[in-house]
Amino acid sequence: MTSAQPAPEIALYRFPHRDLLGIEGLSAAEITAILDLADAYVAQNRRPDKKSDVLRGRTIINLFFENSTRTQASFELAGKRLGGDVMNMSVSTSSIKKGETMIDTAMTLNAMHPDVLVVRHPDAGAVKLLSEKVNAAVINAGDGRHEHPTQALLDALTILRRRGSLENMIVAICGDVMHSRVARSNIHLLTTMGARVRVVAPRTLLPAAIDRFGVEVYHDMRDGLTDCDIVMMLRLQTERMRGTFVPSIREYFHFFGLDAEKLSYAKEDAFVMHPGPMNRGVEIDSQLADDIDRSVIRDQVEMGVAVRMACLDLLTRAETAN
Amino acid sequence: MDAVGGLLVEDGKITDIGPDTFKDGVLETDQTVDCSGMCLSPGLFDIRVQVREPGEEHKESILSASQAAAAGGVTAMCCLPNTQPVIDDVSVLEFVAKRAREIKSVKLFCYGALTRGLEGQELTEMALLSETGALGFTDGVKGVRDPLVLRRALSYARTFDLLIIQHPEEERLSDDGVMNEGEVATRLGLPGIPAIAEVMAIERDLRVLSLTGGRYHAAHVSTAAAIDAIRKAKRDGYNVTCDTAPHYFALNETAVGDYRTFAKVSPPLRDESDRRAVVEGLADGTIDVIASDHAPHDEDSKRLPFIQAAFGIIGLETLLPLTLELYHNGDLSLLDALAKITSAPAGLLSRPFGRLELGAPADLLIFDPDKPRQIDETTFRSKSKNSPFDKRPVQGAVIRTVVEGRTIFSVGS
Repeated sequence: MTSAQPAPEIALYRFPHRDLLGIEGLSAAEITAILDLADAYVAQNRRPDKKSDVLRGRTIINLFFENSTRTQASFELAGKRLGGDVMNMSVSTSSIKKGETMIDTAMTLNAMHPDVLVVRHPDAGAVKLLSEKVNAAVINAGDGRHEHPTQALLDALTILRRRGSLENMIVAICGDVMHSRVARSNIHLLTTMGARVRVVAPRTLLPAAIDRFGVEVYHDMRDGLTDCDIVMMLRLQTERMRGTFVPSIREYFHFFGLDAEKLSYAKEDAFVMHPGPMNRGVEIDSQLADDIDRSVIRDQVEMGVAVRMACLDLLTRAETAN
Repeated sequence: MDAVGGLLVEDGKITDIGPDTFKDGVLETDQTVDCSGMCLSPGLFDIRVQVREPGEEHKESILSASQAAAAGGVTAMCCLPNTQPVIDDVSVLEFVAKRAREIKSVKLFCYGALTRGLEGQELTEMALLSETGALGFTDGVKGVRDPLVLRRALSYARTFDLLIIQHPEEERLSDDGVMNEGEVATRLGLPGIPAIAEVMAIERDLRVLSLTGGRYHAAHVSTAAAIDAIRKAKRDGYNVTCDTAPHYFALNETAVGDYRTFAKVSPPLRDESDRRAVVEGLADGTIDVIASDHAPHDEDSKRLPFIQAAFGIIGLETLLPLTLELYHNGDLSLLDALAKITSAPAGLLSRPFGRLELGAPADLLIFDPDKPRQIDETTFRSKSKNSPFDKRPVQGAVIRTVVEGRTIFSVGS
């Protein structure tokens, strides 16, 4: 899994989609191809000379309609490691007419001939709408509560490198599933790859009909974590909560926050993931978050760069063919 | 009446009708229209239309809506008061009536606002508006939420025997939802509107109605639970009626597909069991009327992320073929389907048309009930094109539309 050069079949692989808008609809073979290539990029990123010229001459624009530090930095680094030119654009959506701004911005950017647009937007479906208006390949870096495909891919790569397979892994996704695009993308990816997925949350934080997504539903952390291989914590998205989905942070942490005691119900070697940024003392105990034997949060960040390099590489290959 | 025969129009009125008319040959008339192989019916009366004039003429105007109506076989329509300014005052109502007279096409009626500025607080001058021609009172696409306001409105309206039309939705429960709550919404990551938001409002309103009496009409019902509640209320003797729109029996929530904003509508497209309940409600008479709920929106309002896009579907030009689907699918007889868009709405709003009978205004529709075709948005007369039915294969086409003996639309003209 850690060879320095991608195997020849990966090097020649053609990704059959123009854009990466979500995990839903990707086949197990397509997901595996992305992960295999990303795995090779992990090795590249650990060399002293981390740079290659796969994207030389290519322009990547990070177009963020919603604030993000880590995802944007991760994409920027991925593009630069591959020798591409990366430009960051942050667009405020608080300005008067949101939609106009988005389509107008897309048109403007189109004229700059980017090869890849990496887009984050606070509204579900907005990235797809934008992809219909531009010539560049589009990567969804998170749209509302819909999908965040590269996060699910980096989570999968993290699991894969530790466990060797996703099949039959029991993964508990805990917390604010309702407002989480990370949860949706992970559910699609993990169920496609044969993992067993549980969701654990108070009923107010689970979306309607979640049981129709091939997951087992739990409302108690100890039950939900029993015998699981991986505990995936979600950020409690307080900024998205208009009402009161939970009565207090104290109560939430008491029943749904992850600590050593609740984790003890999982398998002995189970590890903890979190998409970041963490709310310490809200969904995860601070000490546990820092425990490098249990928490793989730093691994996730490393895998993030490699996965994004793989996505940029694959989506620009079709262009090369033309 | 359902027969093969003839119909004679003089001075804009039906003066002879029946199997024996023209039995001994066609009379010498100014004009003869041969309808062989076609259906002749009363013109359609669409009782829920937004014309956007005054205020938003870039989306639709009285002229463009009239042209769309004529092409759709609609000879009369009743408009919601949610224009800018709102029709909450006699002067605005008179302005709209004057514009309609100038255009001299489809018969145009209006509802008056139930509350001033559609703000849900103070009652409008309902009786004066009624004298000026308002056919009923409603806050349009907004429900009246305050039970006290609704109580006073129903009670006062009863004094003058006026009809109150409600948009039945418990908005507090709909919250910021943009489509039907359920698996599809969860998959798309869109906030959902639970189906019970509709029946909750209707059940609450029926309680108020039991206190006040009066005439209550629920607009565009879309859920099995709401239809059941109305079915029971009718059985219990409540003075309640309701309508639905074609998209609630012709589509379900899957039409939203991949964030298709043309399928964003209020109330939202529901699940398949609700869609079937709407068909049943139409068949057993619980749902009295089909209205298009014509809601024009331009591209700036629809070419947006789904959450930001406007609610609404245009329907004047698809009302007939979509209603005929009920007949072609075997759910309703042809006459029962037509009644939902002709005599039933005319009866509800006490209009003297909507039937083929002696002395009635010659508001007529000639149509081919079987002609197969595809709905094509490029042929729409409406200024806005927000229809989820573009490219849908349908049967049935308008051949000629006549208002008081005057042809306002005919194929090929």
